[in-house]
Amino acid sequence: MIKTQQASWHEIVLATLKSNDVRLIVYVPDRVLTPLIKALHEDAFFTTFACTREEEALGVLTGAWMAGMRGALLMQTSGFATLPNALASLTVPSQIPMIMFVSERGTLGEFNLGQVMVCNTMQPVLNALGIAHHTITRQDELAFIVDRSIKQAVATQAPVTFILSPLLTGGKVFAA
Amino acid sequence: MSVPHVHNAKVMNRFELTKRLTSKLTHEEAVIGGIGNTNFDLWMSGQRPQNFYMLGSMGLTIPIALGVAIAQPQRHVVALEGDGSLLMQLSCLATVAERAPKNLTIVIWDNGIYQITGSQPTASAATADLVAIAQGCGIAKSAWAVDEADFDRLFTTAIAEGGPSLIAARIDGQPGVGATDRDPVQIRARFMQGLGVKR
Repeated sequence: MIKTQQASWHEIVLATLKSNDVRLIVYVPDRVLTPLIKALHEDAFFTTFACTREEEALGVLTGAWMAGMRGALLMQTSGFATLPNALASLTVPSQIPMIMFVSERGTLGEFNLGQVMVCNTMQPVLNALGIAHHTITRQDELAFIVDRSIKQAVATQAPVTFILSPLLTGGKVFAA
Repeated sequence: MSVPHVHNAKVMNRFELTKRLTSKLTHEEAVIGGIGNTNFDLWMSGQRPQNFYMLGSMGLTIPIALGVAIAQPQRHVVALEGDGSLLMQLSCLATVAERAPKNLTIVIWDNGIYQITGSQPTASAATADLVAIAQGCGIAKSAWAVDEADFDRLFTTAIAEGGPSLIAARIDGQPGVGATDRDPVQIRARFMQGLGVKR
């Protein structure tokens, strides 16, 4: 585990993915995740690309897992809201350890009402599907939560969602 | 684009073509069967450990196949998908073209209807040309199979020469000839064993 005091949140996430052999990164772009996505693209350890929709990315990662390659899905809150059918009819019943990172919007200074409403749906959906989720607010806990939860997901063949709070990432600020 | 237009293609039968297709698999190729009749006919064509039968998540056949192709570049992967399902997730064709996996062949069964839900017409019944869409997305090796012999030739070429390739076949409105056992964990576990994967 890398020293968390000096590193930025996205450096910690990248290092933790690498130490867990999570090699395939599929994402739908997000402003807050941009430094992480950029660093992943620049690191040849990872195969990193964008999909057009979050459920498409979930399909790609499901196929890759079944064929022996670990991966992770990066998205924002509104993207997660497009996933319930695929999670309920593929990920959960097939016992796929889908590793999902959500850049949290809709809270702590959100300026778009639609994002707030979407955010309200996320944790109820995760709870209804029985999917483990962690809202990460503190950088000193980030590596531990992500590392242990990836290991648990793989060991128990169950998906996990990391909700990256604006308290961790800074979030997206309305330019007033 | 030098492909025959959809209306030059013969209307064939999905189960017959599925049997023709699986009879040509000699190197443990992976096959992803899309939701509904597509995977029912794949199941009835003879169960292989390298077959994955999708029970839900309509539209994700091609993305799942792409993921398998990325993870196992030495193995050829075949996605079997219906016209209605493809129309739900058309943009995955753009992603396939961008990633350009040589070991991926996409087969589209186009009957112009949502057969399993009551045969309502799809957009491909009269207007949308799925091969033209695939070519427009950047999958240059996309073609309509004009008859069974042409289907055989296109599929054999796709496996031998590499892709990504897309073959579309006009099919009749017959339902699947059977039904897949609906046990998602067993289907997933067998498929992983078939691909030689230990988690």
